[in-house]
Amino acid sequence: MDWIASLQATLPELVLSVGALALMLVAAWGGQGSTRAVSWTAVAVLLGAGIALAGPASYAGVVFDGLYRADAFAAFAKVLIYVAAAVSIVIAPRFFARGDGDSLHPEYPVLILLSAAGMGMMVSAGDLLTLYVGLELQSLAAYVLASFMRRDQRSAEAGLKYFVLGALASGILLYGISLVYGFSGTTLFTDIARSYAAIVPGQHHFGLTFGLVFVFAGLAFKMSAVPFHMWTPDVYEGAPTPVTTFFASAPKVAAVALGVRVAIEAMGPAIGEWRQIVIFASLASIIFGAVAAIGQKNVKRLLAYSSINNVGFLLVGLAAGTQEGVSSVLIYLTIYVAMTLGGFLIVLQMRDVEGNPVETIDSLSGMSETRPGLAAAMAVFMFSLAGIPPLLGFFAKLAVFQAAVNAGLFPLAVVGFVASVIGAYYYLRIVKVMYFDSPAPAFQRSNALVEYGLITVLALFISPVGWFALKPLGVATMAAAKALF
Amino acid sequence: MSGILSLMLAIPAVAAVTCLFLSANGARWLALIATLLDLVLGAVMWSQFQIGGPQWQFVENVPLFGTFNWALGIDGFALLLIELSVFLMPICIGASWEAIQKRVPEYMAAFLLTEVLMIGTFAAQDLFLFYIFFEGGLIPMFLIIGIWGGANRIYASYKFFLYTLLGSLLMLVAMLWMVNEAHTTSIPLLLNHDFPAHAQTWLWLAFFASFAVKMPMWPVHTWLPDAHVQAPTAGSVILAGVLLKLGGYGFLRFSVPMFPEASAQLTWLVFGLSAVAVIYTSLVALVQSDMKKLIAYSSVAHMAIVTIGLFAFNQQGIEGGMMVMLGHGLVSGALFLCVGVIYDRLHTREIARYGGLANNMPRYAVLFMVFTMASVGLPGTSNFVGEFLSLAGVYKVSTTITLLCTTGIILGAAYMLYLYRRVVFGEIKFDDVREMTDLSPRELALLVPIAAAVLWMGVYPESFLAPMRGDVKILLQRIDRAKPAGDARPTPPTNPQVKAGEGHA
Repeated sequence: MDWIASLQATLPELVLSVGALALMLVAAWGGQGSTRAVSWTAVAVLLGAGIALAGPASYAGVVFDGLYRADAFAAFAKVLIYVAAAVSIVIAPRFFARGDGDSLHPEYPVLILLSAAGMGMMVSAGDLLTLYVGLELQSLAAYVLASFMRRDQRSAEAGLKYFVLGALASGILLYGISLVYGFSGTTLFTDIARSYAAIVPGQHHFGLTFGLVFVFAGLAFKMSAVPFHMWTPDVYEGAPTPVTTFFASAPKVAAVALGVRVAIEAMGPAIGEWRQIVIFASLASIIFGAVAAIGQKNVKRLLAYSSINNVGFLLVGLAAGTQEGVSSVLIYLTIYVAMTLGGFLIVLQMRDVEGNPVETIDSLSGMSETRPGLAAAMAVFMFSLAGIPPLLGFFAKLAVFQAAVNAGLFPLAVVGFVASVIGAYYYLRIVKVMYFDSPAPAFQRSNALVEYGLITVLALFISPVGWFALKPLGVATMAAAKALF
Repeated sequence: MSGILSLMLAIPAVAAVTCLFLSANGARWLALIATLLDLVLGAVMWSQFQIGGPQWQFVENVPLFGTFNWALGIDGFALLLIELSVFLMPICIGASWEAIQKRVPEYMAAFLLTEVLMIGTFAAQDLFLFYIFFEGGLIPMFLIIGIWGGANRIYASYKFFLYTLLGSLLMLVAMLWMVNEAHTTSIPLLLNHDFPAHAQTWLWLAFFASFAVKMPMWPVHTWLPDAHVQAPTAGSVILAGVLLKLGGYGFLRFSVPMFPEASAQLTWLVFGLSAVAVIYTSLVALVQSDMKKLIAYSSVAHMAIVTIGLFAFNQQGIEGGMMVMLGHGLVSGALFLCVGVIYDRLHTREIARYGGLANNMPRYAVLFMVFTMASVGLPGTSNFVGEFLSLAGVYKVSTTITLLCTTGIILGAAYMLYLYRRVVFGEIKFDDVREMTDLSPRELALLVPIAAAVLWMGVYPESFLAPMRGDVKILLQRIDRAKPAGDARPTPPTNPQVKAGEGHA
C-alpha cells in the first residue's frame, strides 16, 4: 500500500490533528475572545472528520504496513467518539459562564479535538505502539481537561489524581507491551496472534501470558473496570461537568473498542486466558458498581459508579469472544453513550436560583412537579440504565447477555442479571426522589435550546421510538464486528 | 380483522402521550374515551373470535430487527384475559375520577400505559415481545404506587419493583437459552419444541421464579399486601384484577406446555406451596384489621387455587384455573372498589371504624354482599364455577391436596363473612359513619357491571368456557405424555353391562 493511500485512510485523524493545531494557533493569538469561534470551528472539524470516515477510512483495511487499521469497526467507534466529543464542546460555554473566574478558555475545544484524535488512533491501532501513542495522546489531553477549572480545588485534585493513577496504568500497560514484545518479537497485532496460536495447548507460556495480563490490566484502568476503577468517582466528581460528560462517553468507547480489538485481533488464540480476566472484571464491575452506588449523595459520583457498572455489562459481550459478542458490545456502547450523555445533560441543568451548579441527589427532589419535562427525560434515562423494557437500555443488556449465553457462558449471564437488580435499586432511587418526594427549590430556568433539543432527541432515541433505529444499528454493528474476524 | 390487536395497543398508547399535555379534566375524559374504545374493540374481537377455528387468531407479524418480531395473535386463553383487562380499565378510570386530584394527567397516562402493556403481554407471540410487555408493566405500576399511594408507599413501590424484577430476569436468562436452543423466538413454534428433559427442569425453575412472584405464590407473596395497601383504589383493582393474572397466564402459556416433563415432576412443589398458601394466607386474612390487606391475602389464597388447577393436567383443572382467574379478577377488583367507596368517605381502611353500614348505605350493602358471596364461592357466582372445576380436576391427581385446599374455601367463607358482618351489620357506632351517604350514580355505574358479569359467569359459564375449550384440548394433547398418575383409586364398575358413556347426560 502506498503512502498516499495510507494517508487517505487516516484522513479523519489528519483532519482532527491539523484542525486542532490550527485552532491552537488561533487560540494563542485570539485569546479569550476567540473561545466561541474556536468552539464552533472545533465542532465543524469533528463533523469534517466524521464525513472523512465515509471515505477509505472505513474500508481501506490495513495501512501503514499494519500499524493502522481503517475498517468498519474503527469507523463505528469513531462515529460515537466524535458525537460525544461534539456534544461535550457544545455544552461547555453555558457551564463555564458563571463569572467567578474559571471561564471557558479556547483551549478546551482544542484539547477535546486532540483527545479525539488520540482515541481515533486507539480504535484503529494495529500495532502495540500505535495503541500506546494513541492512548497517551488521549490521556494527556484528558488530564488537562480534568483540572480545567484552575481555581477549583476539586478540579485540580481530579486532574492530579487522574494523572498519577493514569501514569501508573500506562506503566503497567507498557510493561505488558514489553513482555509481549520480548517473547513474541513483534508489536504487530497479527504477528502477536501468531505467537499465541503457536503455544502448544496444555503448556503454559509464562512470558506471553504475563504480558497479556498486564496489557489487560492497563486497558481495564482506562475502561475503569474493577479492580482498576478507584480513580473514576473522584475524577468524575471533581472534573467540570462537561468534562465529566466527555470522560463518561468518548474515552469509554475508545477504551472498550481498543480492548475488544486487542483481545480479538492480537490475542484471539489466547481466548481461554483472557476470558477469565474479562469475566472476573466484568462481574466485579457489575457488582461493585451496583453496590457502591447505593450510598452516594452526589449525582456525578452516582453516575461514575453507574459507568463502572456499565463497563461490567460491556465486558460480558467481550467475554463471549464471538462476532455476535463484539456486535453486542458496539450496540451496548451506542445506547450507553446516548443514556450517559442524556443523564449528564440533565445534571448540567441542575443550577440553583443564583446559577451555581448543584450536584446533590436531594436537590432533584420533586423535580417532576417543578420541571416535569426534564424529570420525565431523566426517568427515561434511569429506567433505561436499569435495563427495564421497553426502553433501549434493555435491548443493550439483552444483546450482550444473548451473546454470552450463545457462547455458553451461562453462569456469567445468571450472575450478571441478578446483580443488575441491585443496580436497578439506585436508578430507581433517582426516580423516587424526582417523583415521590416533596419538591425542593426549583432549578434556575434557562433558555438553553440546544441542550433541551439534545435531551429531547436522546430521550426519544432511548424510548420505544428508538426501536426503529435498532435494525440499522444491528446491521452496522454486525458489519463492524465482521471486520475483526 | 387483522390489525385489531395493534389498534387496541395504539389507542391507549396515543392517548397516554396526549394526556400529558391536557388539563386534569381533559385527561380524565380522554382516558375514559380511550378505554371505552378499547372495550368496544374488545367486544368486536370477542364476537369475531371463531370458536373451534384456528388456534391463533387475529395474527399479525412484522419483522422488526434481528430475530425480533412484532408478532401478535391470541387464542382462547388470551382472548378472555384481554376481555378482562379492557373491561376493568374504564372502571378503574371511573374509580379515580374524584379520588385522584393530584397530577391527574400523569396518573391517567400511567393507567393507559398499563393497559397497553397488559394487552400486549396477553397478545404477544414473540418471546421477547412478551418479556418487554411483561416487564414494562413495572414502570407505570411503580409510579402509580409511589406517587399516588398511601403513607408507606415508597417502601411498597420498591418492594414491588425489585421483587418482580429479580424473578423476571431469571426468566429472561432461560428465554435466551431457549432461543439459542430452538432457533426461534416465536411462541407458537416454541410451544411445539421439545426441550431436552434435563434442561427442562432448570428452565421451568427459572420461569417459575418469575411467575411465582407475579402470581404471587407463598412464600414470595409478601410484596402483594404492601403494594395493595399502599396503592390507590384503582391501582389495587388493576393489580388484583389483571396483573396477578400474568403469573397464571405465564404458567399456562409457558411452563406447562413448553416443559411438560418438568411440570409433571415438579407438580409436588406447586401443590405444596399452593396448599400452604391457601391455609396460611386464609388464616392471616382472618386476623387483619385493614380491609385492603384482608382482600390482598384472600387474593393469594385464590391464586393458589388457580395454580393447583393449572398443574392438574386435566381439562377440569385447567378450565377451572382459568375461570378462577377471570372470576377473581372481577370479584377482587370489585371488592377493592367497595373498600375504595367507603375509604373515600371516611379516609380509613380500619375495619373497626365502620359497622352498621346496612342502615344508611343499603345499596352499598347489597352490592358488597354480592361480591362477598362471590368471593366465598357461592353457587351462582363466578368463583364457584372456577373453584369447583379446579378442585374437581385436582381431585383426580391428589386427594390430599384437594382436601387441604378445600379447607381454604371454608376459611374463605369465614374471613369474608366476618369482614362483612363487622363492616355492614350491627349498630352504627360512630357519628361520622352515620353521615356517610349511599352510592353515588358514578359508583353504581362502576359496581353494577361487575356484579352483572359475576352473575353471568356463575349462571352461564359456557360463554367463557367455550372460547378456551379448543385450546385446553390442544394443551392436553401436548402434555398428555407427561401426565402424572393420580392417587385416586377408582372402584371397578359394579355393573359391567353398562357401556361407556351410557347413563351420562
